[in-house]
Amino acid sequence: MPILWLRVALGCYAVGLLYALLALTQRGYLLNRIALPAMSLGMAFQFVSLTESVLVGGPVTITSVHNSESFLALLIMAAFMLVYLVYRTTSPGIVVFPLVFLLTFVSATGQQPFLLTSPGLRRGWLVAHIALIFTGYAALFLSFAASLLYLVQEHSLKSKKSSGILLRLPALEMIDEIGYRSLLLGFPFMTLGLIAGSIVAQTTYGHVNLLDPKIFLSLLMWAVYMVMVFTRWNAGWRGRRAAYLAAGAVLAAVIAWSANYFSAIHRFVQS
Amino acid sequence: MNLQLIGVNHNSAPIEVRERLAIPDSHLADAIRRLANHPGVDEGLILSTCNRVEVLAQTENGGADLRRFLRDYFQLDPAQYEPHLYEYREGEAIRHLFRVAASLDSMVVGEPQILGQVKEAYATARAVGAVHSQLDLLLTRAFAVAKRVRTETAVGSSAVSVASVAVELAKKIFGSLHGKQVFLVGAGKMSELAARHLMAHGAASIFVANRTYDRAAQLAGKFSGRAILFEQLYDTCDRADIVITSTGAPFAIFRREHGELFLSRRKNRPMFFIDIAVPRDVAPEMNDLDGIFVYDIDDLQQAVSSHVADRRREAERAEAIVQSEVERFQARVQTLDVVPTIVSLQDHLETIRQAEIDRVRARLGPLSPDQEMAVETLTRGIVNKIMHTPISTLKTAAREQEATTLIDVVRRLFNLQDRKSARSRDNSAS
Repeated sequence: MPILWLRVALGCYAVGLLYALLALTQRGYLLNRIALPAMSLGMAFQFVSLTESVLVGGPVTITSVHNSESFLALLIMAAFMLVYLVYRTTSPGIVVFPLVFLLTFVSATGQQPFLLTSPGLRRGWLVAHIALIFTGYAALFLSFAASLLYLVQEHSLKSKKSSGILLRLPALEMIDEIGYRSLLLGFPFMTLGLIAGSIVAQTTYGHVNLLDPKIFLSLLMWAVYMVMVFTRWNAGWRGRRAAYLAAGAVLAAVIAWSANYFSAIHRFVQS
Repeated sequence: MNLQLIGVNHNSAPIEVRERLAIPDSHLADAIRRLANHPGVDEGLILSTCNRVEVLAQTENGGADLRRFLRDYFQLDPAQYEPHLYEYREGEAIRHLFRVAASLDSMVVGEPQILGQVKEAYATARAVGAVHSQLDLLLTRAFAVAKRVRTETAVGSSAVSVASVAVELAKKIFGSLHGKQVFLVGAGKMSELAARHLMAHGAASIFVANRTYDRAAQLAGKFSGRAILFEQLYDTCDRADIVITSTGAPFAIFRREHGELFLSRRKNRPMFFIDIAVPRDVAPEMNDLDGIFVYDIDDLQQAVSSHVADRRREAERAEAIVQSEVERFQARVQTLDVVPTIVSLQDHLETIRQAEIDRVRARLGPLSPDQEMAVETLTRGIVNKIMHTPISTLKTAAREQEATTLIDVVRRLFNLQDRKSARSRDNSAS
């Protein structure tokens, strides 16, 4: 049953995907109007799907690969909605919606069975670890989306051509603020998530192997994240430089994620 | 409806002619009153703005001499302005009025002031009683058309003047201009205008630097801003979010190194340079710096003209709306127009019926009430039967183009008098 709800959610997110693709053209007035309701509906279905999984299999089901992807998509959508409520702009959707669709798609077509291989795992800490880290991911990704939009807007302002997309993107400073705020909000989540993760590792294996690819890459990602927050706070880096850093952090995050497949300890992913 | 319109606008007449024909607000009511009393004029309205003077009249038979009104009123040499006059009647006059109200005939197509000016002229004319029935109908419709054009097309939505383009760009960079600082370098007329626009949109305060300090102080006083010594320009400029330059300096006063300095002092918060000086005050390579946006006068002009092109496209859609509205209005007026003809046709036949009854009554001798009733019913029935087809034909024709011809034919066939001339005859008789 959860997989059914998830697929319904996927259908809703497809509308958002279409919106994002057509946002570059002038058409799609109708899409503008239905994209937001469709995405909200998708969120509701995804929430139902995840809740059902948790009710059936306990909170730990979140840690399965396909559920965690779905969970990440939901968190990213929640972050997007938060931005929408504060700034009344759907522009980050141009970048966010395709990712949400992709994550949900992978999750909705992935296999079900889920095996927890480490018997001594501290489940509470594990769930906290995943929830915190994913909130951090969502914020990081939103910040990345904002810096991409910033680059587009900056380019069209500099080239002095008022194209259609320029007219509809929010003001440069607003995009910048969205990016910076999500960065700031995401940082504590990411930090706490890593701490929770290291507690899990500590109690499971007795020590933390810093050279394990997963742990190493996670720390690297966190370091890039911290550099981003610092340069922005201290030197006001934005625009191109901020976008490069955000891209670097996202890349590190993606690699850290894929490290699940070859890490010795981070292996609760046999699905 | 017998509409006549005569006037000049920015296309037909140069400013020297327009300013001579312009009627100041204080004289407008009087001018309209005189127009309404002009021979042959039923209702009248005068619109006088800096770009146009329009005299609109609903006349008794379409033959009022409006040129004569202009000659009488202005007492000018007609040769000076008459070659620049345009004249419209009926549908053309309706169309022209609709276009004026919808700001399609404006120098800056879509500018919003004109509708307010038409409304004022209408209010003045109404107040002096020069507009009551037909023109009232027409003007009310014109306002509705203007509103329709405004809501259904994008005419009037984009900015046009250089100053408002600058404001629009600033908004694209900063979002709200609230709390933003503006720096005027050089105290020209145009930079003052741009500053005024920015302030109107929420910019917080203004610094002014000028080669002559007094001029800077004077301009700063206008905006309750601060005058800055020109020597301190580079030390203070980083405080400004928006810099408007218009000095007569022969070389660029803001160069790349200044931009880098400002950015590091501002922690890379963006800056917007509006350079309206020729030769330019801001070196073009400043635009390459992250977070600095430089628009020179050509860039602004280009933004203006791309807006104008957008407007032209929208204006075409607006013209189509106006055209369909003119047709609708004429159809409605024509429906109203057949009513007097039908009424006078009925009156005419009723008079004949009564006259015929009176004529034969003597020969019939005394009639019983029943017989009286029978004669009445018989004659009335014949008249109604005969009239039925012509009346229904007139009513259906009212919506077609042929209505006017048909009304003419009916009036001539039955020798019906014009209601208006009948009325004036009554007046002279009494």
